[in-house]
Amino acid sequence: MVKGEPGGRSLFISKCIVSLPEFEMSNSKVIKNKIFLKSINGSAIFVMLLLVGFFLTLLYAAWPALRANGFSFLWGKTWDPVRDNYGMLPFLIGTLITSFLALFISAPFAIGAALFLGEYYPHGTVSNILRNIIELLAAIPSVVYGFWGLFVIVPYVQTFEHKLNIPSSGLGIFSASLVLSIMLIPYSVSLIRQVISMTPIQLKEAAYALGCTRTEVIMKVILPSNLSGISAGFLLSLGRALGETMAVTILIGNSPKLPNSIFSASNTMASLIANEFNEAVGSTYTASLVEIGLLLFIVTTIINLLGRMIIKKVSVKL
Amino acid sequence: MTTVEIAGIKRRRAKDNVFRYIVYALTFCCVAVSLIILFYIFQKGITCVNWDLFTKLPKPVGESGGGVLNAIVGSLMLVSVAAVIAIPLGISVGIFLADNRGKAKADRVSIAVDVLQGVPSIVVGMVIYVWVVKPLGIFSALSGSVALAIMMLPPIIKNTEETLVLIPNTLKEASLALGASDFRTTMRILLPTGIGGIFSGAMLGIARIAGEVAPLLFTAFGNPYLSFNLFKPVQSIPLIIFNYGTSPYDDWRRIAWGGSVILVGFILILNFIVKFFESRWKVQF
Amino acid sequence: MEGTILRTENLCAFFGTNQILKNINIDIPEKKVTAFMGPSGCGKTTFLRCINRMHELNPDARAEGKIRLHYEDVYQMDAMTLRRRVGMVFQRPNPFPTMSIEENVVAGFTLNGLKLKSKEKNEIVEDALKKVALWDEVKDKLGKRATSLSGGQQQRLCLARTVAMKPEVILLDEPTSALDPLSTAKIEDLLYELKGNYTLVIVTHNMQQAARISDMTAFFYLGELLEYDDTKKVFTNPKNEKTQNYITGRFG
Repeated sequence: MVKGEPGGRSLFISKCIVSLPEFEMSNSKVIKNKIFLKSINGSAIFVMLLLVGFFLTLLYAAWPALRANGFSFLWGKTWDPVRDNYGMLPFLIGTLITSFLALFISAPFAIGAALFLGEYYPHGTVSNILRNIIELLAAIPSVVYGFWGLFVIVPYVQTFEHKLNIPSSGLGIFSASLVLSIMLIPYSVSLIRQVISMTPIQLKEAAYALGCTRTEVIMKVILPSNLSGISAGFLLSLGRALGETMAVTILIGNSPKLPNSIFSASNTMASLIANEFNEAVGSTYTASLVEIGLLLFIVTTIINLLGRMIIKKVSVKL
Repeated sequence: MTTVEIAGIKRRRAKDNVFRYIVYALTFCCVAVSLIILFYIFQKGITCVNWDLFTKLPKPVGESGGGVLNAIVGSLMLVSVAAVIAIPLGISVGIFLADNRGKAKADRVSIAVDVLQGVPSIVVGMVIYVWVVKPLGIFSALSGSVALAIMMLPPIIKNTEETLVLIPNTLKEASLALGASDFRTTMRILLPTGIGGIFSGAMLGIARIAGEVAPLLFTAFGNPYLSFNLFKPVQSIPLIIFNYGTSPYDDWRRIAWGGSVILVGFILILNFIVKFFESRWKVQF
Repeated sequence: MEGTILRTENLCAFFGTNQILKNINIDIPEKKVTAFMGPSGCGKTTFLRCINRMHELNPDARAEGKIRLHYEDVYQMDAMTLRRRVGMVFQRPNPFPTMSIEENVVAGFTLNGLKLKSKEKNEIVEDALKKVALWDEVKDKLGKRATSLSGGQQQRLCLARTVAMKPEVILLDEPTSALDPLSTAKIEDLLYELKGNYTLVIVTHNMQQAARISDMTAFFYLGELLEYDDTKKVFTNPKNEKTQNYITGRFG
């Protein structure tokens, strides 16, 4: 084995190193590997348990209220902690109006920007810069949006409302929706832009070849063929809007009464919890708030799963 | 071509131009709003940023001056403990999803992660209140960190999964063919190769929770004093923006603006780091 | 057969319900080059991957029958230990991108937790790189990233990585199909030189390659081993009609 040839000695040394530890059945290594694989699997199970735990905890904590309030909770118009009379209709309405209004306000802007970045100018430095600037909107935390809105949006809204002879402080559904719509834009734009930019070029060329203008290609081919993706984008934005707390809490005026116009002060389900949870005394009061949280959890989960299903279908098609 | 056809084409061209300008206008609005808001925050807040802001504690109502030292320390505590909890857990789940892609069990977990991402932050706060605050009997930094950790998980998990999936399978096979265990293959080959994307995930996770208030309302709760104690309430920058910003006192609101600038600046820097390093750290296969 | 290092007994391989290999019985001689040939989908790569149990990495995969390495049943062994004794080179060069050239050469050691002293490491690196005729080209840049090398060099590096472990058998899955003709020629020369010290089993689509470098050739067709003999005999006087057709280019 040890010959006079160059490398002969190193052959010998290498063979020794390799043959000694190698052929030991290193039990510790096999065990270590098993532990590793088990903990990877365990972490995945943990995440699922976490979610289940969330649901069960909410259910458990809301139980006293579920029993005491019954189904009429959903359409009860009065939220009166003093008399232990709980109905969440005002907040359901507040949530729905705020979210949908924000969605409607943001929709044209989102589609416009998505078309610009996904169809008109999908490449190029300027386009990249603009895209990044719009994405920066997502970097601003909700509480800062609320704070900004308090000083910038609310005064304008107040002036506007006074012009309409509505006495108000500027706080209310309208202000909250305006700011919320700004917050939704980066997410809608991002998703819709991606979907639009992935429209198969054959489809577009077929339309151009028939003599369509760009607008017609957009309206007749691009937007219709991406309807699912665009819906998914809006659905997910809706989910975001429903769960949005801080900006809304700051701007919506914190009123337990049923809102009678978009300029009313109100509360959403999330902002109500934010405003009242820490002060809630008495088991029914707290449990009612948890009940609202449970509903919020269920609704946002359903919307997320729906949006996810649609996106999956869209990606499979591609 | 008849006059009718020519008119039709003219009209369509005009419509085309109008539409184009509408799209430009809408995009301009989005871009302008973004710049206006950022500019406003920096303008308002930069006057409040001084040495005191970083080193002093908030003063009681009526006294001017003061700073957000307790909030800075509190935020650092909350974020670092949350990261310690969430990063290893998130990477593990990401590895699981990448390894089991296409299988039913991976789909189930993937759905769970998506649902987790969509849970409203206030609901997370409520659940952690029941799980940690109630048993401990006190609001604490720990409970805040746990809530934030849960919210940090989805970006870390997703980024880790996507990064690992991009690594060609042949690299994993080369390692296994040399006799390496799954453990060694993952730790020595797969994770180092994917470190860029995993790091991005962690940074994005931190950026997400740095500005969160809702989950802290019932967990960390806030604290006007400086505290390093995990088991006591703690202040954080976004919390102080909320509490002081909505107060009627000018001094407190000034502090809130200063805090806003710090917070937004921090998040922007994180985003910039992610964008910058993502291209630099891309490993060629 | 004299000097057999690898023997299979009625080896069958499945992907789910699909049977890929049907009753393969083959004796592979030590320190020689054995080539596996056959049209696409005939199972030659699957067979190769059964030998070092990479086949079972696929959850639907299953194998029946026996494979013996020096009389030891491969399926009774610990898979990781087996893979240290049987090395593999893949179709596309796959050096580890986060490691330097010398780290790649000793990757087999580091990944198995075997600590090497600096002197040993340098000797192993030099020895392995010399064996694959890469030493002169990279000796000044051992610390550079492995991905900075050309395709042909990377494949030689992967060979060096395998050789450094002193395996008893080296499996090669179409090692030159992703390379240019010059690199292919270099690697074929290498394999020819290595065969005195190592047992090589090579899957190849390139008949001329099989004819050039192998001592024994096995011809697979639709999962069956149709012919297995000295390379000269298989190419000049094949016994099976299908082998004849494949060699003359009638199909495949």
